[in-house]
Amino acid sequence: MEIYLIIMLVLMIFGSLYSLHAKDLLSAVISYGIVGFGLVISFLLLQAPDLAIVQVVIEIVTLVIMIAVIKDTTEKEDKQTARFSQFIYLLVLLLFTIAFYLAFDKISGSLSPFGQHATRMATAYTQGVHETGSANLVTGVVFGFRAYDTLGEATVLFTAVIGVLTILRLKGKKGE
Amino acid sequence: MKGMTIIVRKVTQFIAPIIFLFGIYIVFYGHLTPGGGFAGGVIMASAFILQILANGEILDKLRKEESGLEFLESGAILGFIIIAGFGLILSSSFVFFSNFINKGVIGKLLSAGMIPLENIIVGTEVCAAITTIFIALVVYKDEVAL
Repeated sequence: MEIYLIIMLVLMIFGSLYSLHAKDLLSAVISYGIVGFGLVISFLLLQAPDLAIVQVVIEIVTLVIMIAVIKDTTEKEDKQTARFSQFIYLLVLLLFTIAFYLAFDKISGSLSPFGQHATRMATAYTQGVHETGSANLVTGVVFGFRAYDTLGEATVLFTAVIGVLTILRLKGKKGE
Repeated sequence: MKGMTIIVRKVTQFIAPIIFLFGIYIVFYGHLTPGGGFAGGVIMASAFILQILANGEILDKLRKEESGLEFLESGAILGFIIIAGFGLILSSSFVFFSNFINKGVIGKLLSAGMIPLENIIVGTEVCAAITTIFIALVVYKDEVAL
């Protein structure tokens, strides 16, 4: 199973690299779809069907909206000139590499192996799922133990819709 | 916005109700099978988006639908908080989001107390939100063109 996961991850990396260097924006968006649908297969391989369902639907809707935006605006990308010299970019790259290496070296020593959730809350959730009465563990956590988080997510979506309507509306609603 | 050919329209007429029904199934069985309010809500919204893309001429009617969708969305958020408040008032433990209804047998459709209710409310909210964003993108673009 792990070899399939590695193949999917490599494919996703190639898809994102191609979408960075594509000539026009339409092929960039479509090759970005490789990343999304590769993520769906990765979720299925990791046995997370809840996440896979959400990801596949969101990916389709996002792709439709992005293609509609590109069809209405332009397919050419703006040319951007380099603002700094190559030396500064290389220096920043080196610094970030060293910082990430040190951080991951410190963090990965204190974690349990991949796939073995040893945190205290995770074991408490899996053992206390019968208290919520839900057969689906994920829904039991999201709407039972973590209902405050769900309220926050719904509020974020509501705020996003308000923002979209406020920015896109040109005329007032009552007075023309 | 122009619609598409008659082949696309007829196929959409067959497909869109099935997609909508599947979204309702995902929402109602969220506490038993994979899925839930968020996934089912987006599936229901995608049925509406398919209809709008196929039949573009119904756009004039959509201007009236938009305020209804906003009402639905705001009402769903309010309902979520009200259900949480019922948990605060009616339960014996006095906790926000307390699951005070009888849990029932695990695995049955009518079980898990308040979780199916919360699933339905969140599904309504997500469906209204995504459809509102898409309708706003389509309708206000036409206003710019005028």
